[in-house]
Amino acid sequence: MKKDSSLAFDVFNYTVQILFTIICVYPFYYILIYSFSDPQEALKGVFLIPEGFTLVNYSTIFKLDNMFHSFMISVLRTVLGTLLTIACCSWFAYAVTKNELYLRKTIYRFLVITMYFNAGLIPWYITMKELGLKNNFLLYILPGAVVAYYVVLLKTFIEQLPQALEESAMMDGAGYFKIFTHVIFPLSMPIVATIAVFASVGQWNTWYDNYFLVSNDNLQTLQLILYNYLTDAQRIVSSSNMSDLNRGLASKISPDSIRITITMVVTLPVMLVYPFLQRFFVKGLMLGAIKG
Amino acid sequence: MKYKASRITLLLMVIPFILLVFAFNYIPLFGWIYAFYDYKPGIPLSQTEFVGLKFFKWAIEEKEDLLRVLTNTLALSFLSILASPLSVIFAILLNELRSKKFQKLVQTLTTLPNFISWIIVYSLAFFMFSSGGLVNEVLMRLGWIDEPTTVMGNAAATWWFQTAITIWKSLGWGAIIYLAAIAGIDQELYDAAKVDGAGRFQRIMAITVPGIMPTFFVLLLLNVASVLSNGASGFEQNFVFYNSLVADRIEALDYYVYRVGITTGEISFGTAIGIAKSLISILLLFLMNALSKKVRGHSVF
Repeated sequence: MKKDSSLAFDVFNYTVQILFTIICVYPFYYILIYSFSDPQEALKGVFLIPEGFTLVNYSTIFKLDNMFHSFMISVLRTVLGTLLTIACCSWFAYAVTKNELYLRKTIYRFLVITMYFNAGLIPWYITMKELGLKNNFLLYILPGAVVAYYVVLLKTFIEQLPQALEESAMMDGAGYFKIFTHVIFPLSMPIVATIAVFASVGQWNTWYDNYFLVSNDNLQTLQLILYNYLTDAQRIVSSSNMSDLNRGLASKISPDSIRITITMVVTLPVMLVYPFLQRFFVKGLMLGAIKG
Repeated sequence: MKYKASRITLLLMVIPFILLVFAFNYIPLFGWIYAFYDYKPGIPLSQTEFVGLKFFKWAIEEKEDLLRVLTNTLALSFLSILASPLSVIFAILLNELRSKKFQKLVQTLTTLPNFISWIIVYSLAFFMFSSGGLVNEVLMRLGWIDEPTTVMGNAAATWWFQTAITIWKSLGWGAIIYLAAIAGIDQELYDAAKVDGAGRFQRIMAITVPGIMPTFFVLLLLNVASVLSNGASGFEQNFVFYNSLVADRIEALDYYVYRVGITTGEISFGTAIGIAKSLISILLLFLMNALSKKVRGHSVF
């Protein structure tokens, strides 16, 4: 009897898991097959496989104004932003583990406190403007250079590295910076990888700085372009009677296909990167959890 | 002498980063003074009238707006706190899967929504739930409905719909933290319980659940402390799903600050509300921390 109830539980469990997984994944699968479907066929409904397989949607969106340029801006902010964050946070974290640092505790507290307050949207907006970051690429990468949470994770990790390695390097006459680049940083790879995932996904996904403070067309990120197409295309939908009149033009492509294909392009980098790095951030989270 | 020189070098090498922290985390606090002036964009602060607490009083007088916005904020927060045990249940179910490969697969696929931006979430939701979206398409074909449903434009359903979206985005990710907590439970406890004849369900209730409780409690306290923000990205969610049909039921505090402060240009009034919000949030955080000390003997931070 016990066996039976255990089996029933397994069946129930697997059913729940499979259902929830489908709910999580299907929307992504849907935009994938829709983006490969013929725009006119797709209007009749796409469910499990692409209807009338085509690449026309992809070739169309990369011909749209600014699309490729925005893609490059997003890539640039992700790569540069992540590198900057890692360089600044790891060096800062190493420095605050050193007893030799003047005011070490004060400096660390000065940083950690920032996790618990937030000035709010409007002061943020005004500050960025005053600092000259409006319509400036640095707006994307500079504010996230030193992040308290990352520094805490890194510091916790560096503190549990064996002291002997550092001491022997010091005997050889290496200075702090050399010890950091040659000993500490290479040993910190597990936590650095974790932070690289968080930071890069964060950079790729951030849009509000762009929305509030960048009006320059040359600095638009892919996320905001997607948002603009989503909201603009709603206008296209509402004036769909108009486009019925010139069917000749409209038959090649539909607003929905465009929007879905852009969504796919914006999602794809995240989908490709995160499964491989997942083991790192699970590890990293556990490191962080030890402290808490 | 050389030692001292190296200490000074070390300090000098940290200063640029201290300045960065100061510039992006502390300087915005000086912006709080705008709440005490009758500031209009374009006119320098020095030529602006000091009005003291006028805008804070104004906020209290505008209580109809504020009440509506607070109700939405608290309702959305309350519903998501109510849903937070789902992550615990999901983690326990995941842990009970016999195939580790399948567990990894489910874990990977269900955390995907956590890593996409709110703009993509909105896009997906639009193609699933709008009047011409997939859900309506399927339901109409099945003959279950005659008219398309419009959940994204339905004020009465807004709180529930937004909570469902929050759950979709964060459930899988939330479970990872609890899985880590479960992994930290001593395996011998399970073996001993088995020897004592405890069934699977008994082992879950007697070992796994108590093992997770401390983690759950800490996260619960942090959630309560941030009720006014609707989580880390409450504003973004609010922003993308906001439309005129659901405005009255979706607009939370952060969105209100944005709408009043930036869209309508009432910088001072918006800042005043923002200040009140920040101060209450910090107060809540300390309260929750004190509660944690009292109940568990540990502080949260």
